[in-house]
Amino acid sequence: MPRVSGAVLSLLPVLLLLAILFGGGMGIAIMQSVGYFPPAGENSFTLAHYKELIADTELRASLVVTLLWASLASALSMILGLALALALRRIAATSRLPGLLLQAPLAIPHLAIAILALNFLGQSGLVSRIAYAAGLISEPAAFPEFFHDSYGLGIVLTYTYKETPFVALVALAMLRRIGNDYESLAATLGASPWQRFRHVTLPLVAPPLVSATLIVFAFLFGAFEVPFLLGRTYPAMLGVLAQRRFMSSNLMDRPEAIATGVLMALIAATAVYLYLRLSSRFVGERPTLF
Amino acid sequence: MALLAAYSFARNWYWPSLLPFSWDLYAWQYVFSEESEVLDALSASFQIAVAVTVIAVAISLPAARVLAWRRFPGKRQLLFVLLLPVLSPPLAATMGLHGMFLRIGLTGTAAGVILAHLIPAVPYAILMLTGSFTRLDPDLEAQARTLGATRWHVMRHVTLPAIAPGVAVAASFAFLISWSQYLTTLLIGGGETRTLPIILVSFQSGGDPAIAAALCLVFLIPAVIAFGSVARFLDYGT
Repeated sequence: MPRVSGAVLSLLPVLLLLAILFGGGMGIAIMQSVGYFPPAGENSFTLAHYKELIADTELRASLVVTLLWASLASALSMILGLALALALRRIAATSRLPGLLLQAPLAIPHLAIAILALNFLGQSGLVSRIAYAAGLISEPAAFPEFFHDSYGLGIVLTYTYKETPFVALVALAMLRRIGNDYESLAATLGASPWQRFRHVTLPLVAPPLVSATLIVFAFLFGAFEVPFLLGRTYPAMLGVLAQRRFMSSNLMDRPEAIATGVLMALIAATAVYLYLRLSSRFVGERPTLF
Repeated sequence: MALLAAYSFARNWYWPSLLPFSWDLYAWQYVFSEESEVLDALSASFQIAVAVTVIAVAISLPAARVLAWRRFPGKRQLLFVLLLPVLSPPLAATMGLHGMFLRIGLTGTAAGVILAHLIPAVPYAILMLTGSFTRLDPDLEAQARTLGATRWHVMRHVTLPAIAPGVAVAASFAFLISWSQYLTTLLIGGGETRTLPIILVSFQSGGDPAIAAALCLVFLIPAVIAFGSVARFLDYGT
């Protein structure tokens, strides 16, 4: 008979490891952010670091920009991913090609994608050179600035490119699972394509779609590599800002950097929680045919 | 979808020529030469990633088995907690970890970096392996046992072959995660543990684009191989 102790023993290494490394790491981060930072001589509880953060204009700018770009990229990935999945649905039923094609960008690490993006869309990149050859521009600076700009265009584009296949794959898997039956039935009952989509397909594919988008957002919010390579120093995404301050030679910047990190974790967690509550409401809307 | 993957860059290339001004292997020669630290970084990345993979899979296997097959109160919450390191931005935990490691002297060491990489790697491994075990019928093992097989025998000939694809996927993901880590390696490794991503970024942001490009390929190819070798086992149903 399975013993409880067996289960506990199996789970113990994992729990212990994550508890010490992640739990401990987070715990220390939180403690350091509220004033227990011996290297700088701090030893008492204080909310000063958080107060400084709120007053910090650079941080506010970073927060706005991070929320904006992460949301935009996530939303775009969701819409495009769904569209892609719907378009590939029929082919995917009989061929493995769409699945494999979609998986290709997933294998490429974010860092590599950033560099590829620079080589492709940068002002001295491939597209720019093609534009020159086509007589559209006469110097590198004339090519639109996708990267290192204050609109985050390149960042949003790059992330959308990387995350859309992921969302598409999740949506595709779900679409294949639900099959065509519901929609065929709706069609025989006289529903238009739009009605079929709105009231049958969408509610069925929404749950995994929303969770996938959620995961994407949480990830993009705290991401570092891509904005680091493709972004500007101001406004910088939160991850970049926090890292810069953490590594600064002024030790006093560190607690603030850590506080920023903790804040980011809180925001990401809140976003996840909020969307989970919202999506359960949306998911409650079931097709009224059955 | 523009497949930039097959972009062979690594030449001496000045704007605005559409084609390279001159093709040259100098970038590649540099990459593989003794004096560049590329080979060191490559081996560092590889060793660390392998260590992370082995540890992550080893401790996740028993855990996934329990998570998939046993019912107990608080399981859903436990799953959420286990996935937390993946969903939250790595910054806070890594910065705190830095403080912890500083005390015990693990900063700037490969061991420290391995531990830091385990934080995102283990939850993924657990996720993949739990899925694998869920698809496997626990009764299969019981049946084999009633036929007289020992536990070890059952493990070797019943369970392992069945979860082998899942293990492959989990291992490959753990490898990929460790392989592509930048921030964690940077923060925990200080300047001393230099993996491929670290030198890649330093070449990209301040060096020869050709070398950066060659390095990018060196970085990319193992990742694609690792992923491609298990791609056929992947199923994206949540």
